[in-house]
Parts: sequence; structure tokens; C-alpha cells
Amino acid sequence: MLFWAGSTVYDIAGPRVTDISTRDSASGHDSYPIPYRIRMERLGTLRRNKMRVTGAVAVSAALALGAVSCSDDDGGSGGGDEVTIGFMGDLTGENSGLVIPPKQGAQLAIEQYNATNPKVKIKLKTYDSQGKAEQATTLAQGAVKSDKIVGLIGPAFSGESQSVNPILNEAKIPSVTPSATGIALAEKGWKYWHRVVADDAVQSVGAGEFLSGSVKVKKVFTVSDNQEYGKGLADSVGNAVKTKGAQVQSDAVDDKGNDYSSTVNKINQFKPDAVYFGGYYAVAGRLFKQLREGGYKGKVMSGDGSLATGLIEGAGQANAQGALLSCGCMIDAEGKTNAKAKKFADDYKAKFGSEVAIYSSEGFDAATAFIEAIKAGKTKAEEINGFLKTEDFQGVGKQIKFDDKGELATQDIFIYEVKDNKLPLLGNSKQATVS
Amino acid sequence: MLDDFINQFWPSTVDGLSLGAIYALLALGYTMVYGVLRLINFAHADIFMVGTFAALWTVRSLGVSDVGGIALVGVVALTGLVAGAVAGGGAMLLEMGAYRPLRKRGASRLAALISAIGASIFIQQLFGTVIIHRVFGTSKEGGKLPVNEHFKKLQTVVDVGPIQITNDKLIVFLGSILMMIALDQFVNRTKLGRGIRSTAQDPETAVLMGVNIDRIVSMTFLVGGIMAGVAAALYFLRFEQTNYFVGFLLGIKAFTAAVLGGIGNIRGALVGGFVLGLLEMYGSSFFGSEWRDVVAFSVLILVLMFRPTGILGESLQQARA
Repeated sequence: MLFWAGSTVYDIAGPRVTDISTRDSASGHDSYPIPYRIRMERLGTLRRNKMRVTGAVAVSAALALGAVSCSDDDGGSGGGDEVTIGFMGDLTGENSGLVIPPKQGAQLAIEQYNATNPKVKIKLKTYDSQGKAEQATTLAQGAVKSDKIVGLIGPAFSGESQSVNPILNEAKIPSVTPSATGIALAEKGWKYWHRVVADDAVQSVGAGEFLSGSVKVKKVFTVSDNQEYGKGLADSVGNAVKTKGAQVQSDAVDDKGNDYSSTVNKINQFKPDAVYFGGYYAVAGRLFKQLREGGYKGKVMSGDGSLATGLIEGAGQANAQGALLSCGCMIDAEGKTNAKAKKFADDYKAKFGSEVAIYSSEGFDAATAFIEAIKAGKTKAEEINGFLKTEDFQGVGKQIKFDDKGELATQDIFIYEVKDNKLPLLGNSKQATVS
Repeated sequence: MLDDFINQFWPSTVDGLSLGAIYALLALGYTMVYGVLRLINFAHADIFMVGTFAALWTVRSLGVSDVGGIALVGVVALTGLVAGAVAGGGAMLLEMGAYRPLRKRGASRLAALISAIGASIFIQQLFGTVIIHRVFGTSKEGGKLPVNEHFKKLQTVVDVGPIQITNDKLIVFLGSILMMIALDQFVNRTKLGRGIRSTAQDPETAVLMGVNIDRIVSMTFLVGGIMAGVAAALYFLRFEQTNYFVGFLLGIKAFTAAVLGGIGNIRGALVGGFVLGLLEMYGSSFFGSEWRDVVAFSVLILVLMFRPTGILGESLQQARA
């Protein structure tokens, strides 16, 4: 710093012996470590909810309008019989953007069913757990004891599922979750548990196959936010492409930080064909922006945690173009995969005024699984659970057929590609091709 | 590791300097307030955050996009002016509201520190729950999300062999150097600057010599706030994104830079800022980005072990003499 040479040393605070001793005896403490520690605890409160949200802290376009109806008990009891089905998830909390679309999907399915004037109507009761396991447990007990639900759609997240499903299992009440992707859930031996979404392990394999098969990568750089979900996903994608013969390097970024230039420098040195980021979209947006600004020209890809338009806002539309996203969820507004998807997307838009979003078709299909059972005359929880095991139908998203663990028999991963300010479906990870 | 370090040396240096420049500007605010009041103003990071929102507001009001070349310098100068004014004013208000009443009643230093933390949380939550939502029009849930405004057009202005410098990094670096020179002149040449120095050296004698302490403290906060505001404008140029907790991590880093350089010493804040920025980048290229803080803080501890007062800090013996 040349210009400082020759300037006076104006050290404005040489610590003085007298000063320090008097001041410190006044407070009785050497004060620095204490507030610092408090600051660090505050860091904890800012830290993202540890609960394994199936993916993202996404707030989708649907959210703004979706929050309107929270306590919608669907349909009157009318003259005929009625059974109650619950929906549980984070409807007003931090990650509600992920849960309101499936709730609306389920709501739509049940309204459409009730409109056909069936013999047994369904009442949808929503339970707002805010994604908190303690809250979910209390609500689940109430749902079982006083509301006498015969089935539950949800819980939406993996963390709350861990606490709620043992209760349901004991009460012998079936559940179908639209969005909990934690790998461990299927391994608990719960007989009354089902899900209509592929888990994280399947996602990383699907994303890896897509990168090797369709993008034909030789060199992949994986980046994670060093959190449980992000690191797990990035590492397994790295392993998946490694087995196909690609070279892999990895790095991690600080999800609370903003400057990722050191990661960008590493990537520019390695010159990979693709960068895969495991984590949430806020960080993905920053990373992709800085990558493009740093001159990186290859593909960028991320997982379900980044499947939100916030990614495009964060990176800037120009920088986000062509970014690829993998997800076990099906968001098909144009009916690319099946005719039902198009009708569902249109109905959804007519009802809620927003495009189908993350997990909305999963919510619809989860509700349909219960509806099919009730249509077949099963109105007791135990019977419905038995019927779920035999179901096999084409939903608005996927083929719904459960295996004996409660997982879908065919687990697909879907690839999305950023185009303008949208995230259209590119296709199944096995068939999708990139330009 | 060593290969990576060598290969990434020049890009790391460029990034480290542009990051360090922001740390240094922010560290000045911590160090000046410490110099005058012996207080760590933890809410300084949130003054910076307020500055980033002022910069965001300015850019949105200008309605510009894709600005490059000399026009970008103009836009940044304007955002710096607005952000500096808002942050400087905010810092003065903060002093009047959170510190002056305590000082007047002779509260202990610990009480002032708690007040600083309280003010910090208050400003953050005010922005997180009300202001972002009301003024910047994101949905309530959206208040938790970062707010973006893409306005710059990236150009490579220096391209010599391995060294490539984009316009934003250059503006950040030069802008902060400019502010540091201005501060240097202010503290050394003006009457107010002399007042600040005298208050820092010996408040009692300064009062006897006719220095108005309250005014000096106010001015110190104002100057520190202006520096934070300009840092915020430069930060916003670089990242084009902000959030209500954006100051938190940066504040810790800048405070570290101030301690590393020798808290209370203005030159030390500059040295500390640049050293920390470069250390983080070199550490990341050597060990991986997840190690950047580990490297930076290990060096901090080492420096403090051998020079407990920081790189340029005065030792107690010297102070006595």
C-alpha cells in the first residue's frame, strides 16, 4: 500500500493500560468472548431447518395464491356417508412453498371426486405441522383419536414422517406421502406407509445416468453446500458418473456466504463438461451466476432442491438458461407425458390461478390412491391399506403401483431445463435429451 | 494441492483483493468506533445490510439494466452516494438510540455490547419481516429469499496472460482504495479528524481542550457508516443480490480483519482486510473451498499468538512509553 508510506501513523486507539484496567473492572468481565458466543448462537437460528425437506426451500409461483385457503374442509357431509382423509405438512411455515402445491393437488382430486355425487363422500382435513416434528406428532394423535381419519396424505417432509408414521402404523391408518424423499423412510418396516415419489438415492442414480448417457460427460465437477441433503446428493451423483468412466472433482460452498469465486476458479481450472450442484436454489442461483460470469461454458445441473423459479431470479435469466434439474417429481404443464397430465394442469390453473408446481401432481395422485379405494367400497382404514397394495393405475403424473415396502414399483427421475423464465419438463432421465 | 494453488494463483489474487477491499472498508467502521469508544459495534454489519438495500433501491429507481463501461462507474458512484448517505445516517441514529443513553448514564462496557447485539437483531428483523416485504414487494414468504437486481454488463477490462480482471472487480478495488485515501485525508487533515484522533488518544484531555465528545462520537459513527454504505454499494455491484442477514457473515469477517490488523488502528483494518481476503482465496485453492475459514482463522490465531495486538497493533509497552 504505497500511498500510506510517509503518512503519519494515526493509530487512533493504542490500548492504554489505565484505560483497560478501569473499564474492565467496571464490567467485571473481559467482554469480547461473551457477545461473540451469542452471535454464534444466532447463526444457529438462521441455519436452515435441518429437517429433511424433500428437496427445497422452494417457493413456487403457486405459492402466492395458494396461501389463501388454509382451513378448507372440503364439501359438506350431505346425506350420504362420509370419511375423513387428512393432509399434513408445512402449510404456513418457511418451506410451505413445497407443500401448498401438493395440498392443492389433493384438494382438487377430492373436489372432483365429490362432484360426481358418490355414495361415500370424502372430507379433506388439513393439518399444518409447519414442518416441525413435535407439532406433527400432536396433530397426528388428534387426527387419529378425534377426527378418526381413514388415511393421511403426507406428512410432506422426511423429518416429520419419522415421528408421525410410527403413530399411524400403530393405529393402523395408511399414509401416502407426496414429497418425503428420505432414504431411511422405506427401511423402517412400516406396513401402512407409502410414497409416490422416488427417494434421493434413486435421484442421484437418475441424474448420473442422464449426465453420462445423454449429456455424455467426460469430466464432472460436483459442488455441495456441505449440508446433509446437498452433500449426499452431490457425492452420489459424483459416484454415479465415476462408475461410467467420467473424471470427477468436487468442492463445497458456504450456503450462508455469497462469494464463491474460489470454487469458480477451481472449476475453470478443471474445465468440466458439467457441474452438478447439490443443495437449495438460493445457493444454486448464486453459484451458477458466478460460474457464468467467471466464463464457464459447460452444462450446469442441480437437484430437486433447486427446482424453483428462485433459481432463475438468483442467477439472472441469461445466466440460468439451459440449467438442468433432476427431480423425482413430475411437473408437466403441457401434457408431454400423458393426456391426464394436461387435463390436470388445466384444471389446476383454472382452480388456483397458477401453473402446476413442485409436487402438485404427486398430491393429486396420492389423493387418487385413496379415492380409488373408497370407490371400491373400502371405508375402513385397514381395508383401504389392503386395497392400496393392489392398486395399479395411471395417475396424472406417474403410474401408481406400490411395492411391498410402500415405494412406487417404477421409480422415475425427471429432468427439467431452464428456458426463459420457466422450468419446463425435458423428460424422463432415461430418455431426456439435451440440445 | 500445490498444483492447484499455482494454477489458480492469479485468479485467486484478483478475487482475494476484490473481496478484501470490501472487508477492509467494513473493518474501518469497527476499528474507528473501537478506537473512540472501546466498543465493538456489532450492529455495524446491519448498517452494511441497510446500505445494500439502499443500493438495490437506487438501482431499481434508475431502472437501468445491462450497464457497462463508463456508465457503470456512474451508476456505482450514485449507488455509493445514496447507500453511503443512508448507512451513515443509520449509523448516527443507531448511536443516538442504542449507545448514547447508556454512555450518558455511565453503563458498563458489557451493557453497551448487549445493546449492540440487540440493535443488530432489531435491524435484521425489521428488514426481514417488514421492510423487504413492504418496500421491495416480495411476498411474505419471499422475504426470506434473497432479493436480486441484475443490472451490470460484465466486461473483461484487463486480460494479460493468466490475469483477467472484469470491470466489476476493478471498480470494487479502485472504489475502495479511493474511499480509503479519502478517509486518510479526512482523519489526518481536517479539524474533525484531529478531534477523532484526540478523543481516541485521551478523551478526558480532549474534553479539556474543547473537543465536543458527543459530536466526535456521532461523526465517527457517520464516517464508519459511510464506509459501510460504500462497501455495500460495491458489494451489490459484485453480487447483485442481498438479504436481511447478508451482513452477518461479512460482519464477522470484517471484524476479524480489524482484529487481525490490530483493532483501533485504521491502517491495520486495511491490511487486515486485504490479508484476510487473500488468505481465504489462497487457502481455498490449496485445501478446497470448505477450508477457507479454517485457514483464515488458523492464521488469525497464529498472528494473535505472536502479536496479540494484531499485525499493526500497538503493544502495551509502547503505549506506556
